Amino acid sequence: MRVSFFATCIVDLFFPEVGMSAVEILERQGCEVDFPPGQTCCGQPAFNCGHTAEARTLALNYLNTFRDSEYIVMPSGSCAAMVRTHYRELFADEPELKKLAEDVAARTYEFSEFLVKVLNVRDVGASFPVKAAFHSSCHLTRELKVVQEPIQLLRKVAGLELKELDRQDLCCGFGGTFAVRSPQVSANMGDDKLDDAARQDAEVLVAADMACLMHLGGRNRRRAGGMKLMHLAEVLNRREGP
Amino acid sequence: MSFSERAAKAIKKPNLIRATKSAVQSFYWNRLAAYAELGEPEVADLKQRARAAREQAIGNLDAYLEQFATMLRSRGAQIYFTKTGAEAAQKVVDITRATGGRRIVKSKSMATEELHLNDALEAAGLHVRETDLGEYIIQLAGDPPAHIVGPAIGKDRYEIAALFAKEEGQPVDHDPQVLLQFARRKLRQEFLTADVGITGCNFAVAETGTIFLVTNEGNANLVTSQPRIQIVVVGMEKLVPTFADVEPLLALLPRACTGQAISSYVGMISGPRLPEEQDGPEELHVVVVDNGRSAIRQTEFEEALLCIRCGSCLNVCPVYRQVGGAAYGDTYSGPIGTVLTPLLRGLDQWSELPHVACSLCGACHDACPMSIHLDDLLLKLRQKTDREHLVSTGERWVFKLWTWAWATPGRYRLAARIARWLQLPFSRDGWIGWAPPPVKGWTDYRDLPVVQAETFRDRWAKRRLERGGRNAG
Repeated sequence: MRVSFFATCIVDLFFPEVGMSAVEILERQGCEVDFPPGQTCCGQPAFNCGHTAEARTLALNYLNTFRDSEYIVMPSGSCAAMVRTHYRELFADEPELKKLAEDVAARTYEFSEFLVKVLNVRDVGASFPVKAAFHSSCHLTRELKVVQEPIQLLRKVAGLELKELDRQDLCCGFGGTFAVRSPQVSANMGDDKLDDAARQDAEVLVAADMACLMHLGGRNRRRAGGMKLMHLAEVLNRREGP
Repeated sequence: MSFSERAAKAIKKPNLIRATKSAVQSFYWNRLAAYAELGEPEVADLKQRARAAREQAIGNLDAYLEQFATMLRSRGAQIYFTKTGAEAAQKVVDITRATGGRRIVKSKSMATEELHLNDALEAAGLHVRETDLGEYIIQLAGDPPAHIVGPAIGKDRYEIAALFAKEEGQPVDHDPQVLLQFARRKLRQEFLTADVGITGCNFAVAETGTIFLVTNEGNANLVTSQPRIQIVVVGMEKLVPTFADVEPLLALLPRACTGQAISSYVGMISGPRLPEEQDGPEELHVVVVDNGRSAIRQTEFEEALLCIRCGSCLNVCPVYRQVGGAAYGDTYSGPIGTVLTPLLRGLDQWSELPHVACSLCGACHDACPMSIHLDDLLLKLRQKTDREHLVSTGERWVFKLWTWAWATPGRYRLAARIARWLQLPFSRDGWIGWAPPPVKGWTDYRDLPVVQAETFRDRWAKRRLERGGRNAG
């Protein structure tokens, strides 16, 4: 199975090891992974600020880059949701591009969703003896409706003890430019999320979006917290004995 | 004052934030429990029917308003249609004066808050008293409502005791029972001496001309039965076509609000006292308020008019619980306030709100019993600020430049190189602890990881070389 990997700009620039973990897992599952070099960003930052013309430019680059791909997989629920739920709005008045957008969107998957729904795997052979909580990021949950998939994968990680957050429904506070426009509120939201995980005695807070984790990790470091923040792909790529 | 400044002010009051979080947390759990009791299919069915009824009403509002007015008039009520908030408030003042009223009691109503009705009545030399406990408290404090359903949820008993003490002119104990008895005693006097009662309206039935009042404290029943004159202030979007349409709405509203299967009282008013009736007001006046609602009709924002003011979206909003209602700067707070305030008061004056008061998490849409796409509406408001150039030129240029740079992989790689060079003076151990604007907002509260010396695409290219082009792509 041929899989085109969309790294997302955040993983490409700030967290390349997360992308590498995702690719290694996909390859171990027998996928032939390629990285179309034309890719940059899905355009979500501009779209979420209301700058639709700018978002359209970047969406067009995505569509051109991946138009011939069989499957497009990315380590982000938020970027996948952008492509899947919002691209068609950007090309609402351009029938041909709208069709292309819908066509490419139908081949676009978030990483955990692809593993479970397309490859039909739950156990990727990972082992990682820690207490971990999963932060269900907003767009993954509410726009893509990917709820159970990451949990199913985490449950199969040998040695991993999965803890449930009291308020898994609450946003971590990242929210794109919200993090910069309302930084104090955003940071307090992050604190609540980190505190919730600590209250569950979790050592690691896992998520399927590096944007949330960049915010939570940066906040955790600023307040010298003890939480470890990890992307789902990094956890699933661990092979540590007990 | 901006949202951020008001939010910062609120955050400095730990008691306010603690009280707000605790209140919305219980509203939240209660709603989930109330929905669970019904079961998912039943809730879905109620939501679907309730929304259909409201859509029908909003889609044919003029006809239903006409029918509502005709029915009410046929039973001897007076009905007035007003355009602006000031006009509506003036109408209430005029009715009060014309009927010789001097002392007014009110039950809880967001529409009257929106009109700043109390200010108008007091300016006209009339005495007005809120009789919902929460509203009474915020009237004494001179605050706008902190929450659509619980207007005083940000205040703890010590603050309330201080407000009551000021009203009484002597100390009042902070024991909740004492506070409650104090309010009861004070308000009882108000009820007995009032000649005008003012209420809002939860649902206005076109078919029968019935005004529904959904309340818990019983004060609305006193407001609508004791005074000689009754005035109902109703937002023009509160219509439902038929009496039967109220059923799903009434099943959802208290559950979505407070998690109650039904509120303590549901009042139905359809006219003044009839000759054979023992009590009720001699006159019933109904003031229908537009105040910006017409301008929302038949636009991409029309869905906002389906709102039944249950407060569910506030209870799930991750931003609201951190800042409380006052941060939103107007009558309506939380997600619905972030949508409604710019629509009712003007986006040019309120262009900041949709950008700063929302992280686009979408929890509000999930929670809304009318399934209003609040997150989409917020996004549409942001798009409108872009279209109408209501965002700063600086921001527009940042996005133009950023898009230009990231539109092709070559320029994107170049931008990454420039970023690595720019971050040099600020980085330490792979992290940035301080950076100038526009990154400062981030680094004021969080560390920022650096752009890696070797990006994913660099690693990929290297890996491909090592593997001799095996994973070509």
